[in-house]
Amino acid sequence: MIPADDTTRPRPGPDGPVVDLDRAATTPLRAEARAAMAPFLAGRYGNPSSAHALGRDAMRAVDEAREQLADLLGCAPSELVFTSGGTEADVHAVTGGIPTRADRVVCSAVEHPAVLATVTALGGSTVAVHRDGRIDLDALAAELSLPGKVGLVSVMAANNEIGTLNDLAEVAAVVAEHAPGAALHTDAVQAAAWLDLRRVATPAALVSVSAHKFGGPRGVGALVVRSGTPLRALLPGGGQELGRRSGTTHVAGIVGMAAALSALDRERDEVVRRVSGLRDRLESELGGVPGVVPTVASSTPRLAGTAHLLIDDVDSEPLLFLLDDAGVRASAGSACASGAAAASHVLAAIGADAASDGRRRGALRLTLGHDATDGQVDRAVEVIAATVERLRAPVRRLTPDREG
Amino acid sequence: MRVLAAMSGGVDSSVAVALLQERGHDVVGVTMRLWGGPSDTGCCSATEVADARRAAARLGVEHHVFDFSEEFDRHVVDPYVADHAAGRTPNPCVECNRHLKFDALVQRADVLGFDAVATGHHARIVRDADGRHLVARGVDVAKDQSYVLHPIVDSDLGRVLMPVGEMTKDRVRARAAALGLRTATKPDSQDVCFITRAEGRAAFLAERMALHPAEIRDVDGRTVGRTDAVELVTIGQRRGLGLAGGADRRFVLDVDVAARTVTVGPPERLVGDGVALERVRWAGGRPLAPGTEVSVQCSAHGEVRPATVETAGGTSATIRWRSPQRRVAPGQSVVLFGATANGVEVVLGGGTSASGDGDPSGLRESQQLPGS
Repeated sequence: MIPADDTTRPRPGPDGPVVDLDRAATTPLRAEARAAMAPFLAGRYGNPSSAHALGRDAMRAVDEAREQLADLLGCAPSELVFTSGGTEADVHAVTGGIPTRADRVVCSAVEHPAVLATVTALGGSTVAVHRDGRIDLDALAAELSLPGKVGLVSVMAANNEIGTLNDLAEVAAVVAEHAPGAALHTDAVQAAAWLDLRRVATPAALVSVSAHKFGGPRGVGALVVRSGTPLRALLPGGGQELGRRSGTTHVAGIVGMAAALSALDRERDEVVRRVSGLRDRLESELGGVPGVVPTVASSTPRLAGTAHLLIDDVDSEPLLFLLDDAGVRASAGSACASGAAAASHVLAAIGADAASDGRRRGALRLTLGHDATDGQVDRAVEVIAATVERLRAPVRRLTPDREG
Repeated sequence: MRVLAAMSGGVDSSVAVALLQERGHDVVGVTMRLWGGPSDTGCCSATEVADARRAAARLGVEHHVFDFSEEFDRHVVDPYVADHAAGRTPNPCVECNRHLKFDALVQRADVLGFDAVATGHHARIVRDADGRHLVARGVDVAKDQSYVLHPIVDSDLGRVLMPVGEMTKDRVRARAAALGLRTATKPDSQDVCFITRAEGRAAFLAERMALHPAEIRDVDGRTVGRTDAVELVTIGQRRGLGLAGGADRRFVLDVDVAARTVTVGPPERLVGDGVALERVRWAGGRPLAPGTEVSVQCSAHGEVRPATVETAGGTSATIRWRSPQRRVAPGQSVVLFGATANGVEVVLGGGTSASGDGDPSGLRESQQLPGS
């Protein structure tokens, strides 16, 4: 047996602080949200559909949260449908937002799988994006001009892998010109943590958000349905949410979501300014490592917390494993249910995947939190640079001369 | 040692992890995602991954999923299709062991700083008098998997651990039950993991290659039937050709994909004097001396044939049976075993049958087949 100390590579240990750079996957619950939720996980356990005092107390809390969130999302309280999260909001918008099943649905090629899979299941089509990930408006116009009535167009506000933003006003103008009558849906799940949706999401008739991406609890989200937008219910039943989404109301979750977004909103400008500066430094310092290139240009409009890198001669899977070992939490792209790193449809769509030019390289998504610090960036740069170098060292195979 | 343990989600690899822990190793479990398509039994479906993850949690080890589906396509599925197209009978489990578990995973383990890789195979890694590592049969002869491991015999096996090879399957299951593992009563996986029972081999291959109809002839050249897919016919096959019954049993004697013909005949024409091997790997990289007596296994759980090594080169060999034996279809793994001083059967070498003509010299025309 080879003794344990005979390995050719030093093993990084979790000797430094743990740095969570996977905040696009989820975020820690904000203190404000936890405090707001606590009573509803204890004595105030009423069901808002109950007519008695306990139920009315719960309904009052949900009403307050609904008003608060409506203000923060730029809609009326009656235009807000609470859901179990971003996926439900996306699927509800796409399947329920088309007037009839005969209508065409169209989305960008880099949508979250919740949208992409739903559009595909409905026989819809995808529209190409530019190299930086923004939707190609000419391609969108061409797609919308094809025969067949378009019922719904779905274009994400911000991409979950590379962080690129779409200008929804521009998208809405193209939709209005080429497919008047089609509803515009936007998946704003990632955008909500960094952008003021009152300003950027108003051109969309349907807007999806998810609480845990911005310091709220997992398992709750919302769909904005602007008045005049037809929406069929996905879940029939007790008729909650004005009949648009049945199921007992997740009171604590809704209250926590409102508290989180409200707290975030108060500090948003300062956070975005500070974190985007950290992100720029992270990306430029890692870009100094040979063979490491930012996936999209730094001038691309994108989320303040997202850095995305392509790394030559390194596979994502072992890279992430070793970063995890060293206390740096990162991702290759999106979080995958199986835990394995799957090929990214986003990188394929922007022509940045290995298949596009046959080069072996890994993808690394680093997403900073609102609480990111200079120390985290320093540690991440140090660990990532060392790990990339280590992964490029020669490998000992079991049989050195093994064919093919 | 820090050990990376391949966990398929089955009982053997789960117990392997427990045994390694008992020996004081620092174990991390990994499930290799190999096949992206549908699977009944395979080690890559979501439920298998979940089974492995639960077993790892129960045993208190970290569990990861590594995606090797690209490598699996390249080294197992594509050659499986290509071999059929060439009229060969491949063994995908052998290729998976060779390229995935004992190449891709070992490389990954090295990159990640692990000292060794462990699997739940029923086989043992032993040392001979010279200190060379050898692959030996598992204690449970009925479950022994050394046959499908033969391509790794010339590898650095000091970095490979197969702890359940020391146990019978019954004891493995009992240990799993004692550990509270839900996999304790899970049935053994059987078939090719990337082909479902519902779809079947023919449909799987038909999606990926052209299948050609062929004439079925008897030894006198008379056409006796037709088959839709000459590529699916294997030497020695008896059923599934739609031949009218009759008193005499007829077996496939020859498959000529290029000429689109299948020759059938009586069983006595199915035997040969030996087999020529290609892609041979020798234990420790040392070819056996001509004249060496060996026990030869030609299928995963097939009987053992006594034989003599006639010639042995770097990657080729010829084997002569002690008495005429059923011929071995081209592409089939042929594994040579010998006993060590203490009676343990070890793999001395192995390769694939180069042709199905039953002639060890490979010069078919120079000799009469027995019975002809």
